[in-house]
Amino acid sequence: MTTEATPISVRSAEEMLPQPFRVTEIRRETPDTMTLALEPTSGPGIEYAPGQFTMVYVFGVGEVPISIAGGQEGKLMHTVRAVGAVTRAICALGPGDIVGIRGPYGTSWPITEADGRDLVIAAGGIGLAPLRSTVQYALNHRDRFGYVSLIYGTRSPGELLYEDELREWRSRFEIEVEVTVDRAADGWYGDVGLVTNLLPRIFYDPEKTTAMVCGPEIMMKVVARELGSRRVGFDDVYVSLERNMKCAIGFCGHCQYGPDFVCKDGPVVPYSQVRNRMRVAEV
Amino acid sequence: MTGQVLERETFGHLFAELNKMGFTLIGPTVRDKTIVYDELHSVDELPIGWTDEQDGGSYRLRRRDDEALFGYVVGSQSWKKYLFPPRSVLFEIGKVGDALTFSEPERSSQPRAFIGVRACELAAIKIQDQVFLGSGHVDRTYQHNREEIFTVAVNCAVAGGTCFCVSMETGPECNAGYDLVVTEVIDEGIHEFVIEAGSDAGQKVLAALPGRPAVDEDQAHVAAIVADTAAHMGRTLNTSSVREVLYAGRESTHWDDVAEVCLACTNCTLVCPTCFCSTTEDVASLDGSTATRSRRWDSCFSLEFSALHGSPVRSSTKARYRQWMTHKLAGWQDQFGSSGCVGCGRCITWCPVGIDITKTTAAIRADSEVLG
Repeated sequence: MTTEATPISVRSAEEMLPQPFRVTEIRRETPDTMTLALEPTSGPGIEYAPGQFTMVYVFGVGEVPISIAGGQEGKLMHTVRAVGAVTRAICALGPGDIVGIRGPYGTSWPITEADGRDLVIAAGGIGLAPLRSTVQYALNHRDRFGYVSLIYGTRSPGELLYEDELREWRSRFEIEVEVTVDRAADGWYGDVGLVTNLLPRIFYDPEKTTAMVCGPEIMMKVVARELGSRRVGFDDVYVSLERNMKCAIGFCGHCQYGPDFVCKDGPVVPYSQVRNRMRVAEV
Repeated sequence: MTGQVLERETFGHLFAELNKMGFTLIGPTVRDKTIVYDELHSVDELPIGWTDEQDGGSYRLRRRDDEALFGYVVGSQSWKKYLFPPRSVLFEIGKVGDALTFSEPERSSQPRAFIGVRACELAAIKIQDQVFLGSGHVDRTYQHNREEIFTVAVNCAVAGGTCFCVSMETGPECNAGYDLVVTEVIDEGIHEFVIEAGSDAGQKVLAALPGRPAVDEDQAHVAAIVADTAAHMGRTLNTSSVREVLYAGRESTHWDDVAEVCLACTNCTLVCPTCFCSTTEDVASLDGSTATRSRRWDSCFSLEFSALHGSPVRSSTKARYRQWMTHKLAGWQDQFGSSGCVGCGRCITWCPVGIDITKTTAAIRADSEVLG
């Protein structure tokens, strides 16, 4: 009777309610990582912007935030690493299985804002998943950008995601694709070392570069610092944060990172916004 | 605003009137040597003649030398347990073959009157309104529970040992957010209640009560009582630039001092009337045909709270205490435009080792002044 606060924007009343999606295809990327193609069992599905995520629910097991790796016309592609109970259950799904999905949530990569600029896309490990659709966007709208580069690092050659696509992207000669691993294996003739080692090799004009970086926090920090030392502004370097998350709409409190809720103020934020926090351990 | 004055003998009419309007009455009552909030059926169930003594890690009920109905401050419970319940169902899932269906829980009408809501608690409810209704998304459970509440506020006539509502500018006087506000006046042979309305609904109830109109002298009584309470706060917290002080003090050594005694027991977050964090639980039926996804109160003091890929982001107690306090006093301002602390003192009283948010803030402040 004395409710004073008024909702800023009331989205769907059922925004906590997932919609059923069917697994149409599931493919092994690495020993612990699978890529799933999903389509809505009915209804329009989910339209998203690159960098956003959804909450994926497995019957009776639970729900986890998963970045959107791709998908069109309401369909989704998710790449999932089996690290906990829910992600293990997702990786054990087969074609025809139904999951619940709600979203999309969160901020997106500034891909349309980067019109006319050089792009540096830097990924570490499974961090390539939320960047995959930005690479595709850049390829599909190649004339809108200056230099475009993807630098990608994983621990070992066996942990590279989207290997066929990496080959295809590289073979089109429209963007530069550089890959490195921490530890080589038999048959690896590529680079060995940190992803930052690839930075001197690619072309970009620091004055007009937008960088999009996703990987472990330490990797993002090192790449951002390195780009900064090469005169790319920290406002132009975007990172994608990851935190524990239960609700994705700012109620559960788990994803707080300083004053930000990663679920709605992130996951994609300019590095300048989090630079001071990233220096302190356990924030 | 014209008020009414009810004698002690006729105060029960307020309860009767609210009952008649279909409200379930909920208010303070004595249980397990503390004051809890529960369903009330008569005025006699209020903590008549009781007061509470509170200090860091200490809460005791004591007999007063009068028969006051509201002669105490706040216990461990807050109205949060009704508006944002410790457990609630998010959605139900049905499974037929491979197909899944998702549905919201059924919610029935539940008109309730909250009796004895203090100024700090009105402020806490306003803060949770902002969190659950006013930040872009609407929490359906909270929204449902928040509807149909009739609020009878009470101006505090005593200050508790851990109270600091004056510092947080939330009390002790109730200024907004109520339907009725009651001030209990006990003075040389008089025992009466000055009641004022804060809404049309309150005005209607007030008009049905058998009191006398309040006069200037009654208003003067109310003002004197509130002023006396304000002058006897158990604690103070300097809020000047507290946001900047805490952000700058992330690496202060005082967090280590607190961490040495903090048990990470989560008590402070459970008794806090504004803490809103929750986790989720999934329970499937034995035959695998249905499942329920629920949420329950969680705490940033638990190790699993920040777990990412199996290991916590905030593994040390120091980092978890710092998260809680920095969020409450600093981050909250960025997120919701107000402090997350209302100065009720519960986190101090119910901390088993008596950690004091006012003292920790002062220590961090002193540190930041030294460091510049």
